[in-house]
Amino acid sequence: MSNEQNYPYDRAALRAELSKLEQVPGVAKPDPILSVNHIERHFGGMTAVNVDHLEVQRGAITALIGPNGAGKTTFFNLITGFDQPSNAKRLIGGGDAAWSFNGKTLNRTSASQAARAGMVRTFQLTKALSRMTVLQNMLIGASDQRGENLFIAPIKPLWAKREKENIEKAEELLVRFKLDAKKDDMAGDLSGGQKKLLEMARALMSNPAMIMLDEPMAGVNPALTQSLLEHIQALRDEGTTVLFVEHDMHMVRHISDWVVVMAQGEIIAEGLPETVMSSQAVVDAYLGAHHDKDLGDDDAMNTGFMRTIATEIADEEQEEVR
Amino acid sequence: MDFWTDLLISILQTLISPTTAAFVIAAIGLNIHFGFTGLMNMGQAGFMLMGAYGFGVSVSYLGLGFWPALLVAILAAVVFAVILGIPTLKLRGDYLAIVTIAAAEILRMIFKMSLLSDVTGGPLGIHSKEYRGPFTELSFLPDGSTTILGITYQNNGGNDWWVRLVAWALVLVFILLTWLLVRSPWGRVLKGIREDEDAVRSLGKNTFSYKMQALILGGIMGAFGGIVMTLPSSMQPDMMGRPLTFNIWMIILLGGAATIFGPLLGTLLFFIVRIALTTVAGEFVPREVLSAAQTEQLAWVLVGVALMLLVIFRPQGILGNKKELSFNV
Repeated sequence: MSNEQNYPYDRAALRAELSKLEQVPGVAKPDPILSVNHIERHFGGMTAVNVDHLEVQRGAITALIGPNGAGKTTFFNLITGFDQPSNAKRLIGGGDAAWSFNGKTLNRTSASQAARAGMVRTFQLTKALSRMTVLQNMLIGASDQRGENLFIAPIKPLWAKREKENIEKAEELLVRFKLDAKKDDMAGDLSGGQKKLLEMARALMSNPAMIMLDEPMAGVNPALTQSLLEHIQALRDEGTTVLFVEHDMHMVRHISDWVVVMAQGEIIAEGLPETVMSSQAVVDAYLGAHHDKDLGDDDAMNTGFMRTIATEIADEEQEEVR
Repeated sequence: MDFWTDLLISILQTLISPTTAAFVIAAIGLNIHFGFTGLMNMGQAGFMLMGAYGFGVSVSYLGLGFWPALLVAILAAVVFAVILGIPTLKLRGDYLAIVTIAAAEILRMIFKMSLLSDVTGGPLGIHSKEYRGPFTELSFLPDGSTTILGITYQNNGGNDWWVRLVAWALVLVFILLTWLLVRSPWGRVLKGIREDEDAVRSLGKNTFSYKMQALILGGIMGAFGGIVMTLPSSMQPDMMGRPLTFNIWMIILLGGAATIFGPLLGTLLFFIVRIALTTVAGEFVPREVLSAAQTEQLAWVLVGVALMLLVIFRPQGILGNKKELSFNV
């Protein structure tokens, strides 16, 4: 569950090692923590996810990007046990879907077992436990609590010590995430961004080997984004593997060691951030030609840029007319 | 004796009656289901039936002693909870409500079947003298009768002090147990499930198992409620039908769901207000305007109005915390 044997992290070394890899979808990593083999998910006739092979490097920050509806969240749900692949092995008959985490096969595990194996996730739409205090939200995230056994629970001395440790740990984390002042407030009263922070802090209570963040930055103000970025980097430096879905390309470029691009359920590219972002397929499928220009920036709004855009629009219109 | 003393005594009698205690015990169980875990159990009466008949039939038909019969009653409630839980606890909350209300009705019908009248007594039920023996034998009270605050009952036998003593001791035990459990990490997981099951699953808790534990525990309390209710006089299937379930629900909402003392306060108020209403109306409203039967019905109408007002103006119940309100309209 916990990663006591901290992965020796050296970003430069890791990057150097990753940069030696061939940057094609499904490439084998030197030390994968998560390895996925052919998982498919269909909703009616629509194929939401069809991933042939994917490995996630231990100790690295991997970003999963892609247009809306690309199947990123469904993919998260599948590997964390919140959804079952359409080609899963069933009692009668079965498919070839297989994935393993930390050497443990997770084909038929439930969501809670996946979490206990050390793969803790957050949700795109935050799931704060509204009518519980922030501290209680945190404590529920802790693992190996004897007091969660019905027969031990009524006898406080049996779990009081563990509870005290958990409270200390929770308070530490809350300070790190600047939520310590809100400790006794109901989680439902927090703002959207604070709920995101709480959810992330809560996921860290069990010292997961890998944390999976589903759009951690959505709806978080810039100052908080900065501190979230720092938290994520700090996590990695402590040896936690991070896999996250994000639309903010600045953030992806800034902190990720490896980028995986999904479109229409398939992985269309993976590689180092710089390489992937300049790949034509990714630009076409997701980023768009002007992804590195800030549309709100004064500089970008200069006449030259506007003219370029105007010409392009005119070109497109002409094409349509034709 | 004048009218007000009579009223006071009849209120006192209601307050300590085993039926009131049975309501409190069943409500504490339902509070574990709904208040703390968010399970919409609409068949608490079914658990009470399981308890009452599990105990009654074990003694009257199988001739078991008190403790084995009690064990049978508890096991019956556990089996009922497991049968209800396995298909529904993995689904959305509403399904549990549908299945529990149907299952409780099915049970009532089964116990009512004249085919089974050798065992369950059919629609007539079983008289308490058939199954009370082993319970009365446990009593340490001396024979005779005792008067406390103008209320006189026999010490042992029938509608006696011994049942009252045990019933309210059970209330105390279950309130204490609930308090101990709710403050523990176990209770925290239950509340987490009530708030958002997926979040709790993502944190590595087996929510199905916790929901099953809650359903079983609350169900066992329901079974005890059923036994306590039927010890004084008799058991019939129709005593424990839908109206009973709905009254227990109302008690929970009145007292405050997800509170420790809510079920107790709710039950006491529920009974006092009805007794006071019918007695006062019977005394001061002329017979031509309202007959005795009509006052009884009027009391129920007022109970309904009170419930509506409660839900609109104080949805968290009397003891509930507004921030932790369980009944959102």
